[in-house]
Amino acid sequence: MTTFATPSSTTAPASTETSVAQTWGLVARFANPAELMHAAEAVRKSGYRYWDCHSPFPIHGIDHAMGISRTILPVVVFGAGAAGCTAGFLLQSFTNSFDFSIWALVWVTGYPFLISGKPLLSFPAFVPVMFELTILLSALTAAFGMLAFNQLPELYHPLLKHPGFGRATDDRFFISIEARDPQFLRSKTGEFLKSLGASSVEVVES
Amino acid sequence: MSASSSSMQGHTVPASGMDNTIESPGQRAPLVLGTGDFHTVTNQVCRVTEHPSVPMAWYVAFGVSLMLLGALGVAVNYLIFTGVGVWGLNNPVMWAFDITNFVFWVGIGHAGTLISAILFLFRQKWRTGINRFAEAMTIFAVICAGIFPGIHVGRVWFAYWLFPIPNQMEMWPQFRSPLLWDVFAVSTYFTVSLVFWYIGLIPDLATLRDRAKGTIQQFAYGLFALGWRGSARHWHRYEVAYLLLAALATPLVLSVHSVVSFDFAVSQLPGWHTTIFPPYFVAGAIFSGFAMVVTLAVPARELFGLKDLITMRHLDNMNKVILVTGCMVGYAYSMEFFIAWYSGAPYEQFTFINRAFGQYWWAYWIMVSCNVITPQLFWFKKVRTSIPAMFVLSLFVNVGMWFERYVIIVSSLANDFLPTSWDEFIPTWVDIATMLGAFGLFGVLFLLFCRYLPMIAIAEVKSVMPEANPHWEGYAKGHGHQPHGGQAHGGAPAGAAPAFQDPRPGQP
Repeated sequence: MTTFATPSSTTAPASTETSVAQTWGLVARFANPAELMHAAEAVRKSGYRYWDCHSPFPIHGIDHAMGISRTILPVVVFGAGAAGCTAGFLLQSFTNSFDFSIWALVWVTGYPFLISGKPLLSFPAFVPVMFELTILLSALTAAFGMLAFNQLPELYHPLLKHPGFGRATDDRFFISIEARDPQFLRSKTGEFLKSLGASSVEVVES
Repeated sequence: MSASSSSMQGHTVPASGMDNTIESPGQRAPLVLGTGDFHTVTNQVCRVTEHPSVPMAWYVAFGVSLMLLGALGVAVNYLIFTGVGVWGLNNPVMWAFDITNFVFWVGIGHAGTLISAILFLFRQKWRTGINRFAEAMTIFAVICAGIFPGIHVGRVWFAYWLFPIPNQMEMWPQFRSPLLWDVFAVSTYFTVSLVFWYIGLIPDLATLRDRAKGTIQQFAYGLFALGWRGSARHWHRYEVAYLLLAALATPLVLSVHSVVSFDFAVSQLPGWHTTIFPPYFVAGAIFSGFAMVVTLAVPARELFGLKDLITMRHLDNMNKVILVTGCMVGYAYSMEFFIAWYSGAPYEQFTFINRAFGQYWWAYWIMVSCNVITPQLFWFKKVRTSIPAMFVLSLFVNVGMWFERYVIIVSSLANDFLPTSWDEFIPTWVDIATMLGAFGLFGVLFLLFCRYLPMIAIAEVKSVMPEANPHWEGYAKGHGHQPHGGQAHGGAPAGAAPAFQDPRPGQP
């Protein structure tokens, strides 16, 4: 297989060094999901770390081909759901069953409502609101947690201004390898991507 | 452009406008017709928002909706400045059009969540063609619904009492009341539906951003696309989040109309106090919502040229759902009568006989005809696949489901325990203007959505095309490659991936 030199062992001319410094990375175009997936497997096996695939829709199995480990989002969402459920119970039992005061930015006091002779702490009647708050907090955490883990919104990104990359949200498939990857060498990485069947390999300026 | 369009000529694609409603064991019916090319799908959806002009029918519908919205503004302001006496309410009918409209609109919303969440969990791929605008319909319907509880309290400036906000009176909401559960259920439902819809929109907003020519479009779509760039690492978390949202929205949607039904079922009034209400309301909500989706989808696909994405199979499937839920609603109607007789409670028995043969007999029979009798025509495939027939039947269901809520609310209240206090509800012009005005608000929001946002989930539709599967047999045979030099594939379909075949003998 092709071997790659690390940047420290390379003696590149000064002009190349400066251009590497301004290079965000390389982006290679592939014809279809099948070729993208094969190429992704090869890139993973050759040990690159800072790289990514770009496709207009999620491709089934690409996570495995790229070696993406499963996100911890579901665990976070479960925690948020448990917090919502607890908050729902505390809110209702405090405001409807007890008369002590707590400080929540202002001093607030509970009010023991006596309704139809029901017990003050009538748990079954509190279930619907507990359920709704569980769902509310879980759903908001799932959505905003996903965005946060993805580091979105990120309105500026070098790839977004690269001409032709806009088709990544339409019908084209790309692999990008970042210049900060220890294995990145403009010429060798480019040749490597070409050897995987890329129809074009272009430099992305940062 | 030329490369991608020519690259897909190597295999036959399902013909545009073909009949994909045929059940063929062992073969998946195609859900995208006329193309095997992702770019064509993008173009078909995006040209609606990118085209400088819209069909005349859009302007006509928008004008009518705006006028109705104006009527809503007048009616609501008149109500707020004068008081709820401007409605036709009396004692004992203290709820009528307001809560009827509320339940009607919340119910409409349920089909959107069913399509986006429940069908997603059941891996019904046909949902991708219709989920975007069904979810939009959900959000706009819940907005319409939210108006009515807000204004029916009379002194709207006290509407904040619904929420547990610390206040100088040291008063709290009474959490044992189903009306308060409703506040939490409907506001959670709205928030979660909005978030679910927006998360689904992000990749498509990025598509619009990348295609936008004008600065305003680039900025607006770019801002809301949040910098999405189709990264596989992002897609991974995105798919997990989407699955979680679907799994959370599924029990939520079942709970919302259950809680709405508790508004009635938890009270002691004959005709309301029944245990069948939660499932009965949920089935009715899905029934009415699917009818509304058909009502909206039929003109939208005609007007905006989306017939290859919202195919006859999609409509056929929705009509099947309408048939099933219509039968469930019919079962609930008959079971209510049975339980009224079986309970031996004279008040309960009177209420149901009075419903069918009392002063509101006409409303009851409109409800039964529209909800139980006419949907039975959907047993016939000819009716399920006929555009005019399904449009008319879906309108009937919309009318019937509005009357269902009217019958439940008004007929139970008007003839209560004490015959001396019986009365009749007669709507005033304010009642009618508010009801029609809500349709105007819905119409304005929906038409703006059609014009400025992708009506179909572009990324999701692409992902159910056979070409989206990296193991698609066409790729193994070399189709879909970029033409390298002289190796470009011609139009010969020999050895190509099999297209959908009609299994019936004697058919072409």
